Amino acid sequence: MPVIWNGLSVAFAVLVLCCGIACTPGASSSQAENTNGSHLSGRLTLTGSSTIAPLMAEIGRAFEAQHPDVRIDVQTGGSSRGVADCRSGLADIGMVSRALKEDEQDLQPFPVAKDGICIIVHQDNPVRELTDEQIVAIYTGSIDNWKDVGGSDGEITVVNKAQGRSTLELFLHYFHLNNTDVAADVVIGDNEQGIKTVAGNPQAIGYVSIGTAEFDAGQGVPIALLPIGGIPAGTAAVAEGRFPLSRPLNLVTREEPTGLAATFIEFARSSDVHDLIRKQSFVPLAE
Amino acid sequence: MLVRLLRLCAGLSAMIVLVIVAFLVRESLPAWRSVGLARFVTDASWHPAPDASEGTFNLLPMIVGTLLTTAGAVLLAGPLGIASALFCRYYAPPMLARPYRMMIELLAGIPSVVYGFWGLVVLVPIIAGIAQPGASLLAGILILSLMILPTIALVADAAIGSVPQESLQAAAALGLSRWGTMAGVVLPAARSGLLTAVILATMRALGETMAVLMVCGNVVQLPGSLFAPVRTLTANIALEMAYAMGDHRSALFVSGLLLMGLVALLVAAAEIASRTRPSLRQA
Repeated sequence: MPVIWNGLSVAFAVLVLCCGIACTPGASSSQAENTNGSHLSGRLTLTGSSTIAPLMAEIGRAFEAQHPDVRIDVQTGGSSRGVADCRSGLADIGMVSRALKEDEQDLQPFPVAKDGICIIVHQDNPVRELTDEQIVAIYTGSIDNWKDVGGSDGEITVVNKAQGRSTLELFLHYFHLNNTDVAADVVIGDNEQGIKTVAGNPQAIGYVSIGTAEFDAGQGVPIALLPIGGIPAGTAAVAEGRFPLSRPLNLVTREEPTGLAATFIEFARSSDVHDLIRKQSFVPLAE
Repeated sequence: MLVRLLRLCAGLSAMIVLVIVAFLVRESLPAWRSVGLARFVTDASWHPAPDASEGTFNLLPMIVGTLLTTAGAVLLAGPLGIASALFCRYYAPPMLARPYRMMIELLAGIPSVVYGFWGLVVLVPIIAGIAQPGASLLAGILILSLMILPTIALVADAAIGSVPQESLQAAAALGLSRWGTMAGVVLPAARSGLLTAVILATMRALGETMAVLMVCGNVVQLPGSLFAPVRTLTANIALEMAYAMGDHRSALFVSGLLLMGLVALLVAAAEIASRTRPSLRQA
């Protein structure tokens, strides 16, 4: 057994070494930018929503490049862990991928981006509008033919997301569904796979992140974005807060942030990171 | 010096396998403890949760999915691959055999994600035209067959090529027809090599993830027909690992351990197959 643990630690050491090598160039190249700014150092711990974590890891990397003595440590565990860790002081900043609840008003929210999803169908599908009730009926299997919702005769292929995806969570939450109620015909992983599945099947219906869908539809991929509650789907509507199937991505702190935390939050809300936000198919806040 | 270096390399690769197995066992222990062996086959469905008492953990549909896609692909690609090797060695004129073999080698080198992508945008819509939803067990079998076909064809080709020339000459001297030579001499003599080819291909099919994930539909169910979607163990790990916590995560390691066990069985089978050298039966 000790042999195995030795092996494990060797493997781990190699991994750490590789990471070190991979990180060095970024850190050294940005030294120059930092000379005129105030010198920041220390470690910042963020915990919470697995939706926001990848984005914060990217933003943290960009921040570290500007401030070489700062380490941003991002851990996941769900929005509720973000709230709990922030309250207990285990984390400097919590990540919460929803609006704060009534009993969480002791925390300070700082929205960094919006996450919106939209329902998509194939371009050749004549259906251009579905009510919330119809969408629920389609996803639970009580409507199984497009002619029942004003389309042409044909079985509906329901595309659902795999367990754990934030888009799935938001979708289920908005339509008050349990994942066990959904009668899926296809289960997919990421947004691109969802779009290709729907683009290749005129009878399919799916939902994906609005940023990705808008981009792909603009590139000529044969999908149509359906409105929700009469509001046309689009990143603009999400940014303005008019689109119902969306939620804020918040950083939360226990007290008014100061020093390193304040600088980081300011950075995460600045237009410098809008590209990073779009790359994760989230929607930056309106200017 | 060289011997030492070689020994070190060999030891290291052997240890990596052991470390991986140890890691799989350690990470899957929480699930063994809190979920228990029985629930992996008796639970109502696969709706895992970080806390074992809140989720359901039936792995059976995915085990069946893995076995069905793999078996289907091997049944389809095995005869085709061996036929392709026979064609290449005994029927094709040299002008054709060389480029044909190169094409097969090229097929072996295509990354699996490319197969998956092709399957998703070409094959799945075609199948959807026959029966919805298109992403199905059949799509998985077809993509996997395509992927393992070159493995079988190339290994079988090598095995057939190593049949001793004397046996072929003896067959010719006996006046056997071309087909008679193949059925009576070549295939029996190359049997262990052909078996190795099939086993190698089976392992590749078992472990394939990306392509299968893209075309199989990934619904956790026992498929009612070839056109019904299935989820394989590998696809399940790839889909859920990034978001899994607690017992859910641990359960995914259990499925990893299961795959590892299946592959170990196959390796053992391949070892036995390559060791037994059946003597040439009298043709």
